[in-house]
Amino acid sequence: MEKSKDKIIKISAKNSLPQLLLIFVLLGMALFLSLASPFFLTWENLRNILDHSSLYIILALGMTFVIASGGIDLSVGAVAALSGVCMAVAMKGGLGVGASILIGLAVGAATGTLNGAVISFLKINPFIVTLGFMSLWRGLSLIITGGIPIYGFPRGFTWWGSGHIGPLNPPILLAALLGLFAAILLNMSRFGYYTLALGGNEEALRRSGVSIHLYKNLVYMLCGVTAALGGLVVTARLNTAEPLAGWMLELDSIAAVVLGGTSMNGGRGSIAGTLIACLLLGTLRNGLVILSIPSYYQQLLIGLIILLAVIFAEVRSRKKISGSKPNSR
Amino acid sequence: MTTVSSPEKSSHHGEKKNPGPFPPKGLPFIRLQNIKKRFGPVIALDGIDLAIYPGEVTALVGDNGAGKSTLIKIISGVLKPDEGELSLNGKVYKHLTPSRAIELGISTVYQDLALVDCLDVASNIFLGREPLKAAFFVDKKRMNKESEELLRRLNVSIPSVTTPVEFLSGGQRQGVAVARSIKLQGRMLIFDEPTAAMGVSESAKVLELIRSLGDEGFAVLVISHNLHHVFAIADRICVLRNGRLIKNIRKEDTDLEEVVGFIVDSNQGRSKGTEAKTRQ
Repeated sequence: MEKSKDKIIKISAKNSLPQLLLIFVLLGMALFLSLASPFFLTWENLRNILDHSSLYIILALGMTFVIASGGIDLSVGAVAALSGVCMAVAMKGGLGVGASILIGLAVGAATGTLNGAVISFLKINPFIVTLGFMSLWRGLSLIITGGIPIYGFPRGFTWWGSGHIGPLNPPILLAALLGLFAAILLNMSRFGYYTLALGGNEEALRRSGVSIHLYKNLVYMLCGVTAALGGLVVTARLNTAEPLAGWMLELDSIAAVVLGGTSMNGGRGSIAGTLIACLLLGTLRNGLVILSIPSYYQQLLIGLIILLAVIFAEVRSRKKISGSKPNSR
Repeated sequence: MTTVSSPEKSSHHGEKKNPGPFPPKGLPFIRLQNIKKRFGPVIALDGIDLAIYPGEVTALVGDNGAGKSTLIKIISGVLKPDEGELSLNGKVYKHLTPSRAIELGISTVYQDLALVDCLDVASNIFLGREPLKAAFFVDKKRMNKESEELLRRLNVSIPSVTTPVEFLSGGQRQGVAVARSIKLQGRMLIFDEPTAAMGVSESAKVLELIRSLGDEGFAVLVISHNLHHVFAIADRICVLRNGRLIKNIRKEDTDLEEVVGFIVDSNQGRSKGTEAKTRQ
């Protein structure tokens, strides 16, 4: 019995290895940057990193559920723009701040559910479906605004981007609360169990009498809502609803999720990993700016990191499968 | 503790030592009458009459294409028969649906299809039936405790109920799949080639488990190509050939060679007319 206990501890340690590794990389990077620049370890700068990371965290949390369920959502950046535009139009049309925000979130939920419906009911590959919707929502945002940004909102709205709550910003607190909620949801609720089961073995879940359609729709709906929250933060921060806001945001959030140890094949997801990975990417961007490295190199470096993370995760999981299951499949 | 459901042992269970008149007394869990199924021009099942009893392990044997799989698919509600009826619980059904079959306690134990590799043993056993705390949180403690009890009762040894299923061997997976079927209120458990692709000691454990399910009072139906395995666990052996049930015989009344003969049809002449009606 003792022996098997040891084995289990080893297994769970192995499972959280990528997250531990990320923490080490993050700490190493912070140490290097604080030695390289006197500006890095100031509260202003740290808050800056948190502030920038919060947008990625909000989007990546929803994306974690989608990827853990074996899917992908390429439309989040476009949904962020569309929901921002809808909030702006609602406010310019005379609606209150609260009502406008709710409309934006509803738009996010609706687009997510649409993703989920096409993917689950019509059984079409999520990559293609969300790629199509990405272009569709971006086009719709451009049509609604005529390509011209909408700007100038009440203070109650811009507070969501640039207000202050003590030493922190609303986006940071929103990201933190959402992170806590997501961790509870993924690890402790039926919804979380079924999200992982969808990614692990959809057929088994179907055979146990759980509605696959319902839960797939809920997963994509959640992702749509987080995309809309991201749209709220972007729009409020810039005091502008841009039809081209959130450009490439899908790539950044997918990168963070994969870097955080959530499996692209589904079945495995880590909220803590996603949070750490977002902070890591945020710190990296910040460091490149502090060290005055041209922004072109940022793009290149982030692409490189994503590739390395995916290769590392994939090779690891392949080894694990061939090591533990010699006689099946 | 109380949620672990076990079928009541019926009265004939005690008389097992001396097999009574055939078919035995006691009520069958399910009775099939004149089940016919054709796929286009192919007659898959040609008038099957079969009763499956609680507390018995019934083995379904036959060559490839004899109709075994079609028969269990009809019992588990995946296929509709063209003719005939199924009686369960004193009710007669023209056909079952998968969800109706599960409601009635018919559960097919799939080795691979039913388990989610990335979830742990307890989560797999309770998948779709997770107990809740405060109407939201999955009651992990209770799941672990009840899973441990259930697995101990089934004599399935696994390192821990919190191990992800992907780290288990084929036999352990089979054990978890059985526990899961019982958790789904299964009264009748169907196994399709339960020892396929398993090593010797692993197979032995699975066979022991299936045998003990019969002894616990479940109605068990097993399909297997391995007659040694069949003879190790079955109370009753049913031989299918060309969609007909040509033999329904107690294990004590036959031997391996004879069953091989039934399967490969060595007594062609005898079987053509009379043997099809062996079951009086």
